[in-house]
Amino acid sequence: MSENHDLRAAVAAGVLGAEEEHRALLHSVVAVARAIFAAKASSVFLLDEENDELVFEAVTGEGSESLLGQRIPSSTGIAGWVLVTRQPLVLEDVGNDPRFARDVAESTGYVPQGLMCVPLLHDEKALGVLNVLDRASQFTLEEMELLGLFANQAAIALDLLQRARRAHAVLAESGDDAEALARVAALLEGEHGIAGRKLLGALEELLRT
Amino acid sequence: MSSRPLPAWSLPAGRADDLRLPDQWPAQLTREWAWGDSAGEDVRVCILDSGVDAGHPLVGEIEQAVAVRVLEDDEVEVYEDDEGDLCGHGTACAGIVRSLAPSCRISSVRVLGAGFTGSGPALLGGLRWAVEQSFDVINMSLSTTKRQFAGILHELADTAYFRKTVLVASAHNMPVESYPWRFSSVISVGSHEEPDPRAYYYNPNPPVEFFARGVDVEVAWLGGGTIRCTGNSFATPHMTGVCALVLGKHRELTPFQLKSVLYLTAGNVGGGQ
Repeated sequence: MSENHDLRAAVAAGVLGAEEEHRALLHSVVAVARAIFAAKASSVFLLDEENDELVFEAVTGEGSESLLGQRIPSSTGIAGWVLVTRQPLVLEDVGNDPRFARDVAESTGYVPQGLMCVPLLHDEKALGVLNVLDRASQFTLEEMELLGLFANQAAIALDLLQRARRAHAVLAESGDDAEALARVAALLEGEHGIAGRKLLGALEELLRT
Repeated sequence: MSSRPLPAWSLPAGRADDLRLPDQWPAQLTREWAWGDSAGEDVRVCILDSGVDAGHPLVGEIEQAVAVRVLEDDEVEVYEDDEGDLCGHGTACAGIVRSLAPSCRISSVRVLGAGFTGSGPALLGGLRWAVEQSFDVINMSLSTTKRQFAGILHELADTAYFRKTVLVASAHNMPVESYPWRFSSVISVGSHEEPDPRAYYYNPNPPVEFFARGVDVEVAWLGGGTIRCTGNSFATPHMTGVCALVLGKHRELTPFQLKSVLYLTAGNVGGGQ
């Protein structure tokens, strides 16, 4: 996305403070995933394309929040396979795989017996993976479909988070001018919005001449 | 068939006999006809995946293992692989194929491990290499959502089809567009919930063409043991195994003919006995 586009998005959305809201949204995603599947835990890894790594972004239930921010390779292990191949996986008895147990323990602080791992796909992008750990009942194809639908929703949330982060970065790099613009854009949504937009229109015309 | 070459795009008068094919087809094509007594002898199967743990007792001997490395400008290099499986999934697929077609010859092309950003070029490079090696069957339990790769993948899938290499690809069970399973030149596979590894069904509403066992499958995994898995990516090697069985008995079949045999022997079609 171009810098101008990001700046417009940032200004239009009035994104000041969006990071916390989106973190809350991600936390809600894992909480709902855990509830839907009556699971012991749920977590989300987000792809950091620049560093080509998966980053542990949110967890609920068993597992340690202190490990948030932990990074794992983007194309090895189960999460890497799911991300790269875009295919969801359901694995049981994963404790039989010592390497897996170690990898997961290091990244989430909890070693499950069963795991559902699904890619978070939005449009043609792969944004990360959603894990649901140790659910209560036997897995069926209907549940797989439900997980796919839910992952779709989670991917949209994740995409919003990434856009907001990019917009923040653009604003930060643009300095005070962009921040002032963002504040003005936010005010345009308020009670003086119509008058403000008229004034901006007149200003634009003046600057064009 | 005559050894005289035919013009590429037409059939001259009086030369239909040059195209004569075996016409001794059974009145009803059965599984006994399709693969009875076959163990997939000498059928070359390629597992395009995360690598294969060659020492695993459920996998046995691997004929060749290579990996794909991504160089500058997305150029790729195929090299001998001594790292084995970076996930467990490729080993699982190889074990499923081996359980159905014990005498087939399995090779591994590892396309995982090049980082996420290198995964698209690695997938394309690995598939291109596998098609050039003229494997009989290529198992692809993976897909890409990147449209920039769709055209090249389509071309590779068609090239494989015309070179008599059967591409068996996992369908996606999420509401997203991905490739290559949507191409008609491949055999696309989704899951059913039955425990019979040889049960498969033809889907009259493609793009998913066949359903094979993909739920709660006990599979070979890293560390020499097994785990239980669910997903279309495990249904796919079941169809790959059946393809190897059929080709072990009927080497001459083209992908079109093989797909027809799979249709006629599907559980919901007359020849499913």
